[in-house]
Amino acid sequence: MKNKRIIIYGILAVALFCSPFFLNRYWVDVLNSVGLYAILGLSLNLIVGDTGLFNLGHAAFYAVGAYTAAILNTTFHIPILWLLPVCGLTAGVFAVVIARPIIHLRGDYLCIVTIGIGEIVRIALINNVFGITGGANGIFGIARPELFGFQIRKPQEFFYLIWFFVAVTVFFFNRLEQSRFGRALNYLRDDEVAAEGSGINTAHYKLAAFALGAVWAGMVGDIFAAKMTIISPESFSFWESVLMFTLIILGGSGSIPGVLLGAFLVAGLPEVFRGFASFRMLLFGGAMVAMMIFRTQGILPPRARTFPIDTVADKTR
Amino acid sequence: MSLLSLKNLTKTFGGLKAVDDVSFDVEEGSVMGLIGPNGAGKTTVFNLITGNYKPNSGQVVFDGKSIEGLLTHRIVSMGIGRTFQTIRLFQNLSVLENVLAGCHCRMKSGAFSSMFHTPAQKKEETAALEQSLKELEFVGLRQEAAQLSTSLSYGNQRLLEIARALATQPRLLILDEPAGGMNEQETEDLMELIRKMQERGLTILLIEHDMKLVMQACDELVVIEYGRKIAEGVPEEIKENPRVIEAYLGTEEGE
Repeated sequence: MKNKRIIIYGILAVALFCSPFFLNRYWVDVLNSVGLYAILGLSLNLIVGDTGLFNLGHAAFYAVGAYTAAILNTTFHIPILWLLPVCGLTAGVFAVVIARPIIHLRGDYLCIVTIGIGEIVRIALINNVFGITGGANGIFGIARPELFGFQIRKPQEFFYLIWFFVAVTVFFFNRLEQSRFGRALNYLRDDEVAAEGSGINTAHYKLAAFALGAVWAGMVGDIFAAKMTIISPESFSFWESVLMFTLIILGGSGSIPGVLLGAFLVAGLPEVFRGFASFRMLLFGGAMVAMMIFRTQGILPPRARTFPIDTVADKTR
Repeated sequence: MSLLSLKNLTKTFGGLKAVDDVSFDVEEGSVMGLIGPNGAGKTTVFNLITGNYKPNSGQVVFDGKSIEGLLTHRIVSMGIGRTFQTIRLFQNLSVLENVLAGCHCRMKSGAFSSMFHTPAQKKEETAALEQSLKELEFVGLRQEAAQLSTSLSYGNQRLLEIARALATQPRLLILDEPAGGMNEQETEDLMELIRKMQERGLTILLIEHDMKLVMQACDELVVIEYGRKIAEGVPEEIKENPRVIEAYLGTEEGE
């Protein structure tokens, strides 16, 4: 059963790896945006899926990362890939500062405040805060990323950069799920009072989930800025936050394969059905309603963790 | 020296005095029962000890240190474990994962060592797994380790809560109606378990309505009514105490 799953994932990964050789630029670019949504989805999944905190303002962290990259790159000409940790850091610090006073809010209340934060950031960017964000036009002229003297510019080249980042994210987040940290997030999603009563610092872990999710979103912002070379506030609208949220719910909240599938469905399918452009949103809405009725856990719900009970058992008996 | 002492503890909710000037001591290694009619404020006393509520006045002293006003998880890591009156398990997680929650406060690894699976982190995980399985064995749920926690029977869910509390390696264990919803056989087994925990050197403070269990398992009882302590002593004394009988059965009219 487990081997079968690994084989399926392996085949899919190889197919994806080879796909730029068969697809034209347009479809490779679609896969690139699927990849970006996948990482954003995984980072938001830490907050929404694993910890159960409703965050509908994730685009704000994404925006902070992207603008950090754009500003530092265009003014100080720091290579864009070097800025990856810096963007993560600014988004993470921003998240901690913002989330600290609101983290105790529950469910829908937190959700409403995060929507507010997302909008405040977007409007602040439009209003050209501190005169450095370029207002509604945004910032252009962001340099292409360079790796070992090789400049990444074609969609096919970005494809490998982005999907390498997806792979790294999946690797680390999977390990995180199988650890004390990941379990703590699940405990406080299931029952906050019981978690605190079992000795878990719930306030700390809520904040940590927010911070880590934001760090990753900030890093995606950096790659996004490098890919587009132009960024403007409209890329970080409320709709972006909604898409990230939707792909998690659709794919399977708290499940890494589910989120990846969700990213394909939310960012990829609309392109496939471009011919039915006017019906897209209708189909999308219908699919969401059907999900909520027939499969509330998402298409690929999280699998139960397995523990090496039998190998440990010999020692404890 | 007593392990836990409550000193003139008072807690009000609006105009209601839920706990009114309650003081008592719990000796190390003893089993102490807290009894009283419904709504007397027993669970509120527990919530004051474990930091779920902050007292309006008074002190909670555990192991010589004043702990009132500390956050619950701090109090747990100092050595006070608890179970809840209404079962509060992590419903989407397995029996084993529920117990691992208790191990959390004795572990150290954070997000980074987890991402990199450092040797120290792996060692710690294995140790936690071993300890959790040991606690499950202790309460008799070892075979159910991989099951979903909600698939257990009501009585077993109570035992699982105890296992989770034991995994925090407490010195004082607080049980809020551990026999609630248990049948007679399960209650018998629970009494045996309480005895075994006492043998392990644990101090136990419990609320219970099952008088048979209270009388047999407890070394000492404290009775509260309307938030006030009305009696304290060994079970035989309490049984004869007229104030207690009155609190439970009421007085005859016209007297």
